[in-house]
Amino acid sequence: MKRRRGSIAWWLVFLLGVLYFFLPLVATLDFSLKAKPPFAAYTSSLQDPKFLGSLLYSLVIAGVTITASLALIVPTAYWVQLRVPRARSLVEFVTLLPFVIPAVVLVFGLIRVYSRPPLPFTHTDIGSSALLVAGYIVLSLPYMYRAVDTGLRSIDIRSLTEAAQSMGAGWLTILWRVILPNLRVALLSGAFLTLAIVLGEFTIANFLARPAFGPYLNLLSQSKAYEPAAVSLISFGLTWLAMIAIAFLGRDTRTRIEIGGAH
Amino acid sequence: MGFLELSHVKKRFGAFVAVEDFELITERGEFVSLLGPSGCGKTTTLRMIAGFEYPDSGSIKVDGKEITNLPPNKRNVGMVFQAYALFPNMTVASNVGFGMRVKKQSKDAITKRVGELLEMIHMPEKADRYPYQLSGGQQQRVALARALAVEPQVLLLDEPLSALDAKIRVALRNEIRAIQRQLGITTVYVTHDQEEALSLSDRVVVMSDGRIEQIGSPSEIYNFPATSFVASFVGTLNLLAARVVDPSAGRLAVEGQEIRAAKPISGARSGEIVSVALRPESISLEEGPEGTNRLRGPVVDVSFLGSIVRLRIRLGDGPTVSLDTFNDPNLTLPPIGEAVTVSFPPEASLVLDQPAAAPGADPAAEA
Repeated sequence: MKRRRGSIAWWLVFLLGVLYFFLPLVATLDFSLKAKPPFAAYTSSLQDPKFLGSLLYSLVIAGVTITASLALIVPTAYWVQLRVPRARSLVEFVTLLPFVIPAVVLVFGLIRVYSRPPLPFTHTDIGSSALLVAGYIVLSLPYMYRAVDTGLRSIDIRSLTEAAQSMGAGWLTILWRVILPNLRVALLSGAFLTLAIVLGEFTIANFLARPAFGPYLNLLSQSKAYEPAAVSLISFGLTWLAMIAIAFLGRDTRTRIEIGGAH
Repeated sequence: MGFLELSHVKKRFGAFVAVEDFELITERGEFVSLLGPSGCGKTTTLRMIAGFEYPDSGSIKVDGKEITNLPPNKRNVGMVFQAYALFPNMTVASNVGFGMRVKKQSKDAITKRVGELLEMIHMPEKADRYPYQLSGGQQQRVALARALAVEPQVLLLDEPLSALDAKIRVALRNEIRAIQRQLGITTVYVTHDQEEALSLSDRVVVMSDGRIEQIGSPSEIYNFPATSFVASFVGTLNLLAARVVDPSAGRLAVEGQEIRAAKPISGARSGEIVSVALRPESISLEEGPEGTNRLRGPVVDVSFLGSIVRLRIRLGDGPTVSLDTFNDPNLTLPPIGEAVTVSFPPEASLVLDQPAAAPGADPAAEA
């Protein structure tokens, strides 16, 4: 009887959770369908060239951000864990700074430093996009660092590194052939979080006047009624597609080390 | 000139001296074990040979070539780790062939060598398995094959069997020794398990607190320990406090019962307290012929240890002596409390360098 009551309570909590997460979505969907005819908000959003353009731009920026973040963070986290573990708390603190420093402060800092000689980045489109990537690298730092750090902690990097070294491998070979393949799931998690941040970010892209998805969504909500809801749901769907892609890519994980019993 | 030479090697971690003035010369194809308790410096020494640590002073040479400051990937030294350290993302075959791929050897050469090594470790059918699909013993065999694939000049094994259960340990250690003999590869093996060290090695280096206590063949280490540490660490031992009666005649007294050492007790004076080491298996549960040492006391404990039975006899008020006898089904054992006489030849009583703390203290030491 006690067990049954516990089970009911568990289901009640689960139901509340489902309602908490899905009610806003259902309400948004309901609102977006109020346009006449019912899917007009979706068709007009998808037909808008700015929608596709801003989405593609943000996806490219996300790809560059993810690549640059990984190139920066993986060797750093690896080196800290392997050679200077005492510096870990300091590095963790530094990676948490984006939570303390608002994006608006960051972007004004970037504009102030890089809008005049000798580094007039904001004078060109590519320069501004490079600044945007730099800003996003900083914003994604807490998530990417944690994902990579957790991945590194789940494998015995010291032994793997030493084993590879004893067989003649240098640092680049070790990172590329031994460490990175074993961090696949962690890297995908970090990449996904970065993608989510880049797709939804508004402040930095807006102040750098970049044609990104965040400012487009904001602009849309100021001029139209139903389309922002439709676009929000579309971007939510894209996010889920990205998650499914991660689950798909990460399913064939061979990173478990188990002892299958004595032979 | 030896094949692997460590000369005056010293390593500190802050104020802690991990290895102090380590000297070792091994011959080509020799199997040497570094034996000692945790923290004695054996793994640090091994890691300095591998290049994962650099000595503060001293030199390391392989085949006459100085490798002291070479990075590990330039040393051609194979290493097997306690935690296997197989690459989880690679199959068994890929793991074994990793070093050859790094050295950019041809695909045919890699396939051939990997096949040979998998045959050698009796796992050719497991080539496509991943490490997580293997047992601990199998993983360690793959790790051994992987270390051997690059044909290293020296093979280093860091407690490779300690994560395995007892039966696998014995089987695998025999396999390691057979492979080592077959390939004739110079091997340094780190262990804290005396049985492993004694059964595998051509020579054993016993270490304590960063220093070498003794280097010798397993027989020398077991039968003629140079220090009380070696005597107490290797094998089961009775360590008795004895009063020197006549050093020139090798006469001693243990709890008032006189015994004799085979040789004069050098450097000791009459009345001085010394340690006498006695192996349990060298003591017999009988009075023995004339001229043997005899001790008498009540039986305080009888333990069955499988093939042997261990009895403990109390001497006087304090110390006990353990003796081992084969577990013969027809053996009649004395009941607890009954006074018995045990005997041992003078050659079995080894007077050690350091005196015991005080006469009368419980001297039975078991390692």
